[in-house]
Parts: sequence; structure tokens; C-alpha cells
Amino acid sequence: MATLKVKKEGFSQEADSMKMNRIRPMTNVGFNALFVVLSLMCIIPVIFVFIISISSEDSLRLMGYSFFPMELSGKAYEFLWNERGTIFQAFKISVIVTVLGTILGLILTTSMGYVLSRPQYRLKRFYTWMVFIPMIFNGGMVANYVVVSNFLGLNDTLGALIFPLAVSSFNIIICKTFFRTTIPDSLIESAKLDGATQFTIFTRIVVPISKPVFATIGLFLTFGYWNDWFQSSLYISNSKLVSLQALLNNMMKNLEYIANNPGAGLTLQQYKNSMPTESVRMAIAIVIVVPIACAYPFFQKYFISGLTIGAVKG
Amino acid sequence: MKKDALKQPGGTLKKKRWTRDDTELTLLGLPAAIWFLLFCYLPMFGLIIAFKDYRIQPGKSFLYSLLHSDWVGFSNFNFFLSSKQFPMLLRNTIVYNLVFIVLGIVLPVGLAMMISQIYSRRKSKVYQTMMFFPHFMSWVVISYFVYAFLSPDKGLINSIIEALGGERIMWYSNSTYWPFILVFMQVWKTLGYSMVVYLASITGIDHTLYEAAMLDGATKWQQAKYITLPCLKPIIIIMFIMNIGKIFYSDFGLFYQVTQGLPNSLTEVASTFDTYIYAALRSSSVSIGKTAAASMFQSVCCCVTILLANWLVTKVDEESALI
Repeated sequence: MATLKVKKEGFSQEADSMKMNRIRPMTNVGFNALFVVLSLMCIIPVIFVFIISISSEDSLRLMGYSFFPMELSGKAYEFLWNERGTIFQAFKISVIVTVLGTILGLILTTSMGYVLSRPQYRLKRFYTWMVFIPMIFNGGMVANYVVVSNFLGLNDTLGALIFPLAVSSFNIIICKTFFRTTIPDSLIESAKLDGATQFTIFTRIVVPISKPVFATIGLFLTFGYWNDWFQSSLYISNSKLVSLQALLNNMMKNLEYIANNPGAGLTLQQYKNSMPTESVRMAIAIVIVVPIACAYPFFQKYFISGLTIGAVKG
Repeated sequence: MKKDALKQPGGTLKKKRWTRDDTELTLLGLPAAIWFLLFCYLPMFGLIIAFKDYRIQPGKSFLYSLLHSDWVGFSNFNFFLSSKQFPMLLRNTIVYNLVFIVLGIVLPVGLAMMISQIYSRRKSKVYQTMMFFPHFMSWVVISYFVYAFLSPDKGLINSIIEALGGERIMWYSNSTYWPFILVFMQVWKTLGYSMVVYLASITGIDHTLYEAAMLDGATKWQQAKYITLPCLKPIIIIMFIMNIGKIFYSDFGLFYQVTQGLPNSLTEVASTFDTYIYAALRSSSVSIGKTAAASMFQSVCCCVTILLANWLVTKVDEESALI
């Protein structure tokens, strides 16, 4: 953070001379136009899907998907509300997996990162190779599947969604580089002289002063878990353990996947037929996207700081 | 430090003594080490399944069945390498990846250089935030975005085509356009993210370099060519190695989800090693040994390519190498 401030001050001092070194005003307008178009291309699909999710079924049938539907309707969200048992269950699984996974991943990643950052440590080379080799060679999808489902027996448990994604060598190297460069050795030496164990040093000294790297790794993990559908598709068949992403994934193949709670006086079949199928799909996509869209502008800078730390050779 | 250890009286010849510190650090690293053993090294051991004709022994554990299955040498690999699909999978995986690597360097670097020149820093931040957005979407969600545009009967693009008097295109059963769609979607998802990575490096470049260049009368083009690009070289090389190393891998989500589960009509243009392995893993007709062989082939190729790429880089620029 300190270096960032210095940079900003530097900017204002150099601002005058930099002003002379600008691109021409016309080029600036051109660049801005280009980036406006690119930005819109990234945002418009989300808006489009949102509009579809609030279009009425009649409008969708007659006009297809359109930015300007004839008629708006909240039926899709009403339907989701009616199926809130399923939706909330999936939401709950997503949240549990994301929270537990992020905590577990943070503990494993940062502790290993700290250990590798200690220059005097005897087994440093051994642990470093242990972390490094999987970046070059790994067992691949099938061997992982065999180990997780057959050997560890994690089929149809939350463990299958949490454990395999908890650690990545890349994150550990980011941590290691961060600790190596920001924590002065003298700080740790003095704590050791006071009789602190490495565990105490890590939890009491290193963790409190390393918030940026925790935020970065935590965010990588959070988004990784929240967006994961692949683990679900491999290991989960119990409908109680389906996450939001997996629910959406299942609905792609089978639209009626979530229609289970017929209202009064309807058979299941009638209920399924009455389902606003097209808009419901899009509504679930929106339910997944909204938390991310709301959260990520605030966390974006930690992502970027993580990327730049990671770019430094470990 | 090593030299000090050597000089210490009574110290063993090369290494310093095992201290309490070492014990504590070992314990602190142990949970992650166990994770690596279970989820990285055990699967490597599990690869022996690729050399076996795995049969479930009724009533016995998985491990017992595995160890008591017959060894079949490389026949599983032969099956995969001589299968009809193999050349197609190889071609698709490699060619898509090459296109992704080239576009994934040229476009973001170009855009990062452009966005760093925009007058208003505030606007630039807004553009970055918006372009970063797709990075946070999963392919499942994106596949719905794509469906909104490409759906044969309701999709926006077909509506537009029809309004202009053209004929509807059955997007999901017509393979002609998919190479372009897949490349477009990959670029769409990763562009903002990579741009921000390069932009972070560009803002780190010493500004006095540009000032000096300007005073010497360098144009913007020359500044970009002789200052920005050379300063970006290390990170471009690192990104390049990392991507070359993954050239035998494909983003499963892209090829499987965006095509809506890879219908048969699109296998020719959109199936890669990963989709093949996934499909084989889910189907009961292909034995797990054969699937594991395909998966191991992929891993080994990856390992070779990443080492090769790294070796190449050490030839060009020692500093930027990964190992």
C-alpha cells in the first residue's frame, strides 16, 4: 500500500510534464469510443438476460428474446419464489461451500506460503519442490476423479466440492512472494527471541500485517468456489447437495429440473407445463450474477494487486 | 548464511542443525503438505490405472481391485492414440490454443497500451471495471448469455437476420460458425482480465523514461515501440510460457457449456481432449483405464511442453524463465 501512495504522489509532480506527452485529442476521443464499445459488449449480455427474465411468456413466444419486450412480467421470479425450497437449498450449498472452502483454502495456502518464505528453514527445498511439481505435472482429470470418488470416497459429500479446489500452487507462490518481500526478518527474529513459537508468530504477527494478500487469495478462492459447477457435475448426484451453478447446469439439460412444488389444484405435469421456462432459466442466471456484480467492483483492486504480486517470479 | 553454518564449530559439514524452528515450520506446513499428497501426488500414483485393465472385484475395495487387475502395458494408450478421434482432438486442442495464445497476447497488450493513454483516469477505471466483469462469470452462466443471442427460434441474432430478410441459422447444429464463436467467447471472457494484468505492468514503468524520450523528440509510436514493449517483455514471456505449457489443455467450460453440452453436430469443431475425457468418464461403455490413458497422455504432453517452453525462454532471456 505504501508504494502505491508514493506512486500517486509521483504522478501529481510529474503531471505537468506528462501533459505535454499526451496523445492527440482526436486519438483520445477515438480510444474512448473504442473502450466504450468494448465495455458495453461486456455488460450488455447481462442486461439482455435480465430483460428476458422479466419478459412475459407471451412476449417471448411472439417476439423471441428482445431488448424491448411487449410486456413485462415478474412471473419467472414468482416461480422461483414458489420453488424457493430448491433455490434456497442450492443457495445455501453455494454459500456453505464458498465460505468453508475459502477459509480452509486460506489457512492451507497462507501457512504453506509462510513456511516457504522462511529462508533458514531446513526442509524449504523439499516443500518448495512439493508445491512446484504439480504446476508442471499433474495426474489429470481421470486420476483425480478416481482418487476423490473411489479412493477417498467423497462422492455425494460437500468434501468433494470443497477439498479439491482448496489449494493451488500458484496461490502459494503469491503468498510466499508477498511474505518474503513485505515482512522484515528482524520482526520475526525479535519475536523468536521473546520465545514465540512459529505458530504464534504466524497467527499473531504475520496474519494481522498481511491483510492485502489474505484479501487477494480469499477473493480468488471465493470466486472460484462460487463459480464452480465442474466438481458438482462430476461428484454430486444427490439433489440436496446441488449448488446454484450446478442447478443452472442441470437446467440446461432438463428445463423442468426445478419444478417440484405444484401450486393448489395442479398436477405436477400441469404445473410443469405452466412454468415460464424461458424466463426462469434466465432468472436463475441473474440470481447467480447479481451477488458477484454487486461485490466485485469493491474487490477489484485486490484482484489486481494479487495479479501483480503473482507476476513477480517466486 | 550457508557459509556461516560451515564455519560453526561442531556443526555438521554442510547443513546447519535441525532446530526447534524447523520442527514448528514443518508442522505449520504439514496440513498443506497433506493436501498435496492426497490431491496431487496420490492421483499421480493413481495413473497406474492407465496401465491396467481395471475390473471391479466384487466385494473388494477399490484399491484391492486396482492392484489385482491385470497389467496391460501400453494397450490403453494404443487404443486412444489410434482411435479415429485422436487426430481431430489433437488438431482442435492445439489450433484453438494457438489462436487463443496469439490473440491473448496481442489484443490485451494493445488495449492496455491504449487505455493507459486515455486522458481521464476515472473513465479508464470505469472501462477496466466493466471489461473485467466477464472474468467473474462461470461458463455455465455465459452459456445462457450466448443462448440468448444464438437460440434458433428466439435468439436475438436470428430475429435480426429475419428482420433483414435473411434465413434463420440453426446455430447449435451448424458447425460452420463455431470456430469463430468459440474464439470470440474466449476473447470476450479473458480480454479485460489480461488487459488489466498488462496495464498493471505499464503503470509500473518509470515515467522518466517517457519524459526523456519525449524531450528527444520521440513520437508516441516510438515510445510504445522502444519503451513500453521492451518493459512488458518479461511479463509477456511469462504469460507465454504459462499458456504454452497448457497447450494440451483446453478450457472445458468453454467447449462444453457454450456449445450447450457439445451436441454431435459440433463435435468435429468443438471437441478437445478435455471434452473427450469428460464424455468418456461419464459414459459406461469406455473403460476407466482407457480414459485414464487419454488423460495421462494429456498430462505428459503438457509436462513436456512446459519444460520445452521454459527451456526456450532460458535461451532467449534467462531472467524470465519459470524454473
